[in-house]
Amino acid sequence: MKKRDKRLNWIIFTILFVIAIFVFFPLYVTLVNSFKSYNEVVSSVASLPSVLHFDNFKTVWNQLNFGGVFMNSLMITVVSVVGILLISAPAAYQFVRRPGWVSTALFMLILSSLVIPFQSLMIPLVKVASDLHMMDSITGVIIMYWGFGIPLALFLYHGFIKSIPRELEEAALIDGNGIVGAFFRIVLPLLKPITTTIAILHSLWIWNDFLLPLITLSSKKNQTIPLASSVYFGQYMNEWHLAMAALTMASIPVIIFFIIMQRNIIDGITAGAVKG
Amino acid sequence: MAIKSRGWLIYAAFVAPAILFFTLIILIPFLRAIIFSFQDWDGISSNIQWVGWSNYQQLLHDASFWKSFNFTAKYVAATTILLNIFGLLLALGLNRAIKLRNLLRTVYFLPYVMGSVIVGFIWKFIITNLFAQIGEATGWSIFQKNWLSLPDYAFWSIVMVAVWQSVGYFMIIYLSALQGVPKDLIEASEIDGAGYWGRMRNVVFPLIRPAITINLFLAIANGFKGFDLNYSLTGGGPFGTTQSLAYHIYTEGFGRNLFTYASSKAVIFFLILATVTIVQSLVLKRREVEM
Repeated sequence: MKKRDKRLNWIIFTILFVIAIFVFFPLYVTLVNSFKSYNEVVSSVASLPSVLHFDNFKTVWNQLNFGGVFMNSLMITVVSVVGILLISAPAAYQFVRRPGWVSTALFMLILSSLVIPFQSLMIPLVKVASDLHMMDSITGVIIMYWGFGIPLALFLYHGFIKSIPRELEEAALIDGNGIVGAFFRIVLPLLKPITTTIAILHSLWIWNDFLLPLITLSSKKNQTIPLASSVYFGQYMNEWHLAMAALTMASIPVIIFFIIMQRNIIDGITAGAVKG
Repeated sequence: MAIKSRGWLIYAAFVAPAILFFTLIILIPFLRAIIFSFQDWDGISSNIQWVGWSNYQQLLHDASFWKSFNFTAKYVAATTILLNIFGLLLALGLNRAIKLRNLLRTVYFLPYVMGSVIVGFIWKFIITNLFAQIGEATGWSIFQKNWLSLPDYAFWSIVMVAVWQSVGYFMIIYLSALQGVPKDLIEASEIDGAGYWGRMRNVVFPLIRPAITINLFLAIANGFKGFDLNYSLTGGGPFGTTQSLAYHIYTEGFGRNLFTYASSKAVIFFLILATVTIVQSLVLKRREVEM
């Protein structure tokens, strides 16, 4: 490498490093203040805590019923994502393998709904959901996520299935599998790369989603993590030390998930953006 | 014949769940939003009246709607420009052979995986407490103001937090495009004597144009749909100056129970976003033909 390039790389590295510190700083502030007493937060935000107050976490855990809230978020995310995958993959498979006007029309209809923003149908959604007794119910929210997750999942599956050769399934059919058997035993395993992408995109979206739970889940026992954390930011609340503990607890699961799955998350998000 | 009808049965079994949930959760509510927008209903009484275009006529003169429209347009412009400039600059930096590349990339991307509402709350704390203390310590007047209570500052606060949260995402897309630029093309242009800017303009930018288009439209569409930060960071305030369209529809529909009137706003909102998406796909198609 040329000497000039080397020096330039050092300068760029220094700039990027300083930016990284600024990017990370808010997360550091949140973590540090979650260990302080109220007075210490108010007197000095930037300093390290003099004593580590683990009680903040205990208080928040009990006040929010964090264990239950966490399980709600986990349950909603997992069952919604698995449902979206199991509903979309078979439909996309038939749309690709049985072309014709029916498949084209149905696929285009669902695909075109990708342009509808959630906020433009949320008002009647609440009406429809209450007619069907899906309000303030975890099952109800899961069913709604199934509906909202289908278009993107179907689109990504459709593109992927087009690229896998037909011969493999035909061989499986000749081997005496029914079409259902061939689908589950042969096709579904082949779809693993795109299934991973779809699962990651939808997990992050559903885990972090705020607006749908906000308008459909009213009772405390059904709340998700983002919804429950927001009680510390109501109009008259200023218990900042507890608020910071709550935000730390709310962030930890998704940060751990990100660190473990980083490669997959970045690949999946890139693929989703480029194809979507 | 028996085989054929069995085939259709399997087809129906594979496709029906998707159609069912799509219809129930997206199609019916969407059609109802359109129907609602021509009706007048308080959400409780059993009689719903048809009112023609009057909701739409009313919203033409609705100052709060246009206020939120203006906020949203400004917000979209600011975030689209900043996210793309900073996202591209970070990607260009990380595309070099520098130390700790992977760690830096991870740090930049980290805020994106966190929920926007959590992010909004974190920054609400930082702006109200840390900034005030910095102002006290340094005497700098910019930190002595309460940003979230002054309209201009509140606007830029939301823009700043949105950029902080999403810039890593835009960076990742630019980075993957930059890594797809063939090394020998760069070397060839170096041998031809092209300087850094000439190389960028004539070789790199044309090759990453699809990524630029994708990122521009992503930023525009996400900007229009913004809700979480307005809810958590400013609550739409001060004096409703930071109400995004999505937040405005939410407060009209669920805060004031104006279901039918808010639905007409929701339909306009849909038309704006549909236009953005259709223009995007046309632009992308034209590019493909060119190439």
